[in-house]
Amino acid sequence: MTAVTYLEAISQAIREEMRRDESVFLLGEDVGTYGGAFKVSAGFLEEFGPERVIDTPMSETAIIGSAVGAALMGMRPIAEMQYIDFITCGFDQIVNMACKMYWRSGIPLPLVIRGPTGGGTHGGPFHSASPEAWFFHTPGIKVVMPATTYDAKGLLKAAIRDNNPVLYLEHKLLYRLPELREELPAEDYIVPLGKAIIRRYGRHMTILTYGAMVHQCLRAAEQLAAEDGLAVEVVDLRSLTPLDRETIKESVKRTNKVLIVHEDTLTGGVGAELAALLAEELFDYLDGPIMRVAAPDAPYPYAPSLEMAYLPGVERIVAVARQLAAY
Amino acid sequence: MSEAERANLLLQIYYYMRLTRAMEDRTRTLFLQGRIVGGVYTAQGHEATTVGAAMTLRDGDCIVPQHRDLGMHLVRGVSPRAVMCQWLARGNAPTLGRDGQLHIGDMHHGVVPMISMLGESLPVACGVALVMKMRRRSTIVLATCGDGATSTGAFHEALNFAAVQRLPVVFVIENNGYAYSTPTSKQFAIEQLSQRALAYGMPGESVDGNDVLAVMEVVGRAVDHARSGQGPALVECRTFRVRGHSEADKADYVPSALREEWLARDPIRRFEEYLTAQGLLTAESRREIESRVRAVVDDAVAFAEASPLPDPATVGDYVFAPDGPIAIVGEPGATDPRYVNALDTRTGRPFCTMSQVEEAVTRL
Repeated sequence: MTAVTYLEAISQAIREEMRRDESVFLLGEDVGTYGGAFKVSAGFLEEFGPERVIDTPMSETAIIGSAVGAALMGMRPIAEMQYIDFITCGFDQIVNMACKMYWRSGIPLPLVIRGPTGGGTHGGPFHSASPEAWFFHTPGIKVVMPATTYDAKGLLKAAIRDNNPVLYLEHKLLYRLPELREELPAEDYIVPLGKAIIRRYGRHMTILTYGAMVHQCLRAAEQLAAEDGLAVEVVDLRSLTPLDRETIKESVKRTNKVLIVHEDTLTGGVGAELAALLAEELFDYLDGPIMRVAAPDAPYPYAPSLEMAYLPGVERIVAVARQLAAY
Repeated sequence: MSEAERANLLLQIYYYMRLTRAMEDRTRTLFLQGRIVGGVYTAQGHEATTVGAAMTLRDGDCIVPQHRDLGMHLVRGVSPRAVMCQWLARGNAPTLGRDGQLHIGDMHHGVVPMISMLGESLPVACGVALVMKMRRRSTIVLATCGDGATSTGAFHEALNFAAVQRLPVVFVIENNGYAYSTPTSKQFAIEQLSQRALAYGMPGESVDGNDVLAVMEVVGRAVDHARSGQGPALVECRTFRVRGHSEADKADYVPSALREEWLARDPIRRFEEYLTAQGLLTAESRREIESRVRAVVDDAVAFAEASPLPDPATVGDYVFAPDGPIAIVGEPGATDPRYVNALDTRTGRPFCTMSQVEEAVTRL
């Protein structure tokens, strides 16, 4: 068995689900002949044919809208956004058409929308988006963000098998990261939606994070252990909707301090909701302010020096964690 | 088709046109009485287009209608009771009071629920047609929009995608002269909206949308084209919105001479004249149809008024569908209750949009 990349895990998940279930198919720009802009679907056209690997025109509304129509018919379409930034072009199909469908009609909509998310790749303001907060705020869609190769496969399989719209946000910085290579189980497995995982245990504080920031936080936790003797717990949320409130609360009850880290901008981000949740429900357990590390409230910049300053990194996480530890 | 069959069919068409008009007249009354709380959108003058277009379809076909397409719903078997429960926001309406108007559907009977963002249903229609194509079916999708919605990006994306994929879809544009207060002269700069078809590589035709037999002929031709596997087709039905955008709109921006001109072309009166001239509609058969129509409307209103309001305790419910197997709609056994999409899992009962399942609605 060979260790695979995060990208290969995504590819495996789709291929295995397409082999297992004839109702699963993939549509998007350049997904067929070209195998996808990042080669997630390389070889799919040859295996599954042009009716199940559909090269579409440059039309996000048609891609997502057609996926909705197919899902209404009981199919399980996977709609690829070439870059997740372009999801805005199909926004109405998601928030008005898909998200309200079961609620108002009783017709389930088993649909996955996925695409390369996040920054760190010099993509600039239109190829680096972290769009999770828009959809986290919208009832009727599940939102997942895998941080590891194992989760990339397991969460995607769970998303494809789910009977609701699921937004699967894969972080493109992780696609081919050598240190994320992992040997995956030979047998079929899923990572259930709505279950967080504690990546590192510790008693001094909890860091709540997800996506690529999980790795920054783990590095920060190591540094804080080595330099400050702090035992920092790192919770990888994995799913934002449904949110694993139990794991979050259980962790914070033990550590009594919480730092929230995300790559998305600060104001109105996922962290704001997490902070509100903890302030409302665990006020008596908190021994310090709920603190956040996030991108500044500005669009994503292009120049490497600006990008470095924009993205939350180990240094900032360590600095804020030290402030919090001092309470 | 024998003479008797043809006579029967024509009277059936007339019945649906009258039923559509009568349902909307009653809906307006309920609105004026304050019994319908939200916006009311009707389609007086569209009956030849909506009924005529839907009459060209067969079992297994699917409609993707919009807000002025009650006639289409009724022809395809949507229950007048379900429609009135929607207007009166009842707890047993197809949307359980979550949504109003004609925002209803049931995929097992080929009706896609619309949203208020007009034009956005067209890409969804493509997805339904895509599945029909994948499953090698001989069924088609008939999707509609108004003149206003032809200006949306969704319209363009859908027509283009359908043409590229050669999908079995017929797009019917109901050009009724106005999008709210905006006349077609401010909406587009071509003579006929069927000219759009050329740009997408599909056949397009315009037809007098107030002549039900002409609508059936032209839409029927488009349906045959789509059914034969040659891809989509576009039809513009030229009609007129003789009332306001909604019942709250006096529509005083419409020149009265123009409105009078179209009122004189009322599709029901025109069809009546035709049927009478053909000797198919007598005073007696007309009375019989009118009394049937009245009975259906009375029953629908009485049923809706006797129906329960939604339970406020359920306000946060039904956001996500439960786990379980999902059937491909239209395949053998797809309505087996073990499938999550066979029944309305919100209620555990059959979907209540269609007349065929009225029994189930009545049991609520």
